[in-house]
Amino acid sequence: MKNDCPCSSIRIIGLGNFMRGDDAVGLLAATRLRQEVGDRAEVIEAEMAGVDIVELMKGARVAILIDAARSGQSPGIIHRLDASSGPIGVQMFPHSSHALGLSEALELARVMGVLPETVIVYGVEAGNMESGQPLSPPVANALDDVVDRIVQECKVCRA
Amino acid sequence: MSDETAQTRTIAVDMVARVEGEGALRVTVKGDTVQDVELRIFEPPRFFEAFLQGRHYSEVPDIVARICGICPVAYQMSGVHALEQLFGLRVEGSLRDLRRLIYCGEWIESHALHVYLLQAPDFLGYESGIAMAKDHGTVVTRGLRLKKAGNAIMALLGGRSVHPVSVKVGGFSRVPLRRELEGLKDELLWARDAAAETVRWVAGFEYPEFTPDYNYVALRHPDEYPLNEGQVVASSGLQLSVNEFEEHFTEHQVSYSTALHCTLQGSPYLVGPLARVNLNQEHLTPLAKQVLADCEIGLPLRNPFHGIIARSVEILYALEESLRLIERYEPPPVPAAPVVVRPGTGVACTEAPRGILYHRYKVDGDGIIREAKIVPPTSQNQSRIEQDLRLFMPRLLPLPDKEAALACERVIRCYDPCISCATHFLNLEIKRESST
Repeated sequence: MKNDCPCSSIRIIGLGNFMRGDDAVGLLAATRLRQEVGDRAEVIEAEMAGVDIVELMKGARVAILIDAARSGQSPGIIHRLDASSGPIGVQMFPHSSHALGLSEALELARVMGVLPETVIVYGVEAGNMESGQPLSPPVANALDDVVDRIVQECKVCRA
Repeated sequence: MSDETAQTRTIAVDMVARVEGEGALRVTVKGDTVQDVELRIFEPPRFFEAFLQGRHYSEVPDIVARICGICPVAYQMSGVHALEQLFGLRVEGSLRDLRRLIYCGEWIESHALHVYLLQAPDFLGYESGIAMAKDHGTVVTRGLRLKKAGNAIMALLGGRSVHPVSVKVGGFSRVPLRRELEGLKDELLWARDAAAETVRWVAGFEYPEFTPDYNYVALRHPDEYPLNEGQVVASSGLQLSVNEFEEHFTEHQVSYSTALHCTLQGSPYLVGPLARVNLNQEHLTPLAKQVLADCEIGLPLRNPFHGIIARSVEILYALEESLRLIERYEPPPVPAAPVVVRPGTGVACTEAPRGILYHRYKVDGDGIIREAKIVPPTSQNQSRIEQDLRLFMPRLLPLPDKEAALACERVIRCYDPCISCATHFLNLEIKRESST
């Protein structure tokens, strides 16, 4: 199928902190996705991005964001939230200690009129966010699933 | 208090928004008198000083950069300068300029975020930056672009804009090409004009009358607005070399906070943009002075709410300074001066966006850190914030609890506290006790 979407029209943005256990899951997913779909989508690993998420999404047609989530469910559960037409709520993503969390950054982009046409947020339920720890086993398993789902998502976006 | 009989009343805010980190405020009021103000920081202690023990000196810049996502350069700069003092190394010329430049990038980024998204909503009557952006989209766009200009400097010099990785003892692991720096110029020229416009914008805000008697503390350098070097000076007349810091500034624990409080000879003092501008006004640029004069703003600024003006002037200064440093840049012969390790103790103080940041390291003959001490600006301002709240509270007592709590949050935001650095958001509780 001929594809007339430019590569940069899909932007995958992994968020989190490499040094805080399961909080690294979004960044690790982005690194894997660069290998899987790097020729078709722009991939960014953004540590502690806060308000800079607004800038990171600018100009993309589709933004797929991946971050660790905290909703009280079992670690490793994958949430898929569509932020294209309305707020995703602040409860699921831990507040950034630096003033603006993911949900707030998305709303700021929306009121400023720079939110991409499609914004999908993948939240992977975190278990352990202790400093210096690797991914916990359920989150490490979820990493494969979230990568597969986003690869599929890219195909749909480009169809 | 609305009743004639004194009553007990507790006002609580679960989280003070738009500050960096997590903490709480508890105000106890008895009758019409403020009994106690406690800025409670319950962020768990982060033990960075202990992490550093047993590590090689060369790891310091990368470890301390992790203390804060907003001001990593400040930690790196105080760290490398303290170690260089010990090793008898002075970083001069282009390398010194590059360090000023990366620090300017951090000031621009940190100040622009605070001015536009954290504090401006307080003056324009919005509950958040997002609510403000609905009505003031053009202004917020300008603020974010200014912040991005600061990010660009940090990303070019530091390898990335968050937790930069190129700073090292002796210089940098990589220095930019002249054309790379020149590539920043057009955007910085735009940002300089936007910064002047920012000063004019905030000068038009309405400020409450509030002028506590401050002892301002900042670095002062004979030739320049302070970033990495200078004597520690106070408006009280005190003038010290950084070596004497701990003889005058002491940290102590308080039971309600995981951050230490620092006092100067036992008394609270103020660090940060307000102190810096007041103590270094002669080193502001002609344009910064002119914009202030055009806005009929005289220095010194004595009202903590004017911190937003000081921060805006410093954005302008940092942009002009960045352009000056880029203009004269010649790549240094080596990216870092060679280091000869010697055992002993080194200290340094640099000007983080929120005020002076003191580091001391004791190093052994193998270059291993044996002891580390870090005094961040927010722990220095904590006592002063509490004292200002005590002074500001009486006018808030007639207000309903919720409004009083919101007004306290606005006071706290004046200092741009970085609670993440001091240990980390704020719950506010006002407890009103019976006076009988």
